[in-house]
Amino acid sequence: MKFIGTVIVCLTGGLLLYGTMDLPDWGDPGSPASTHLSDYYIEHIMEQTQVPNLVTAVLADYRGYDTMFETAVVFCAGLACFLLLRDFRPKKDRYFRHVPTGVMLHFKNPDTRMIADNEFEHMDKDWVPSDMIIKTVCRILIPFIQIYALYVVAHGDFSPGGGFQGGVIFGSSLILMAISYNLKTLVKRVTEKFLSIFAALGVLIYVGLGVGAMVMGGHFLDYGMLAPLLPSDPGHIRALGMLGVEIGVGIAVMAVMVIIYVNIVSEGRHDEGL
Amino acid sequence: MLWPIDLIVLTFVIFCAIAAITVRDLLGTAILFSAYSFLMCLLWAVMGAVDVAFTEASVGAGVSTVFFVAAVFRTSRRTKD
Repeated sequence: MKFIGTVIVCLTGGLLLYGTMDLPDWGDPGSPASTHLSDYYIEHIMEQTQVPNLVTAVLADYRGYDTMFETAVVFCAGLACFLLLRDFRPKKDRYFRHVPTGVMLHFKNPDTRMIADNEFEHMDKDWVPSDMIIKTVCRILIPFIQIYALYVVAHGDFSPGGGFQGGVIFGSSLILMAISYNLKTLVKRVTEKFLSIFAALGVLIYVGLGVGAMVMGGHFLDYGMLAPLLPSDPGHIRALGMLGVEIGVGIAVMAVMVIIYVNIVSEGRHDEGL
Repeated sequence: MLWPIDLIVLTFVIFCAIAAITVRDLLGTAILFSAYSFLMCLLWAVMGAVDVAFTEASVGAGVSTVFFVAAVFRTSRRTKD
């Protein structure tokens, strides 16, 4: 069986390599993509949208539909993770630690109520003493990562980056908080309700901008039609529309990344994990 | 262009890809995938596709590795085959 698998993989790989031989060379000026399409974008993007980063202009404006449905796909991924993994049953075994003495309490009955306050703290089953160096470094680092993520979102028009990357970086900073402290810290600060609302809100912002353009009398996602609503230079309005769309994508991606992580790492219970 | 960099990075990419499917430790596979993504990110950057390189670095080398590690944490660390 393993032999057959190897043969099939090698055959498919060989076919793919054979297929790539017909592709134009990297940077070939005579290739179909470089002869008509790229020229149009390079010549017209600056006057039509006033966005210096061509990639962002193509992704968020000329190919706005693609990016909208990509965001919807990310949202669906988060939704599927939630529906498949979320487990609302309370956990049977729970552990608490008496902080001043270090005595551990083990509750086997799920109905027993135990309030974790200053004296008692909730702890995971496979708990390891949290390292002070890791905690301190992460606590200092997380705000800077978040500022950088916001910068990436806001400067998507001018430099590499955009909503997707910025959202992922922001989500990773929250995941870093869960890893360096524990999952309870994250779940307490960034609640499930908050994440769900934000995941839906991001897609709503994107679609809302598109519908807004329709209401103003243009086509769907035609940001130029939003000009009367915003006090700005009408030539710059498409760049502003793209910024709004990027913010929507960033919010949705940030929320979905955290939802996926929390659901995977705690088996859907949102209580203990990495 | 910088063909020695291209060649060296491409060798490492292939090495990482083969190692990722042969290693039996799944945590090691996750880390190898992360290294693979990062080397691909270098390749994209050398080719001038900075946006793609950025996405590869943040999604491929960053978040997906964390998801893999989380999944390994909740399942088993050894492969059956």
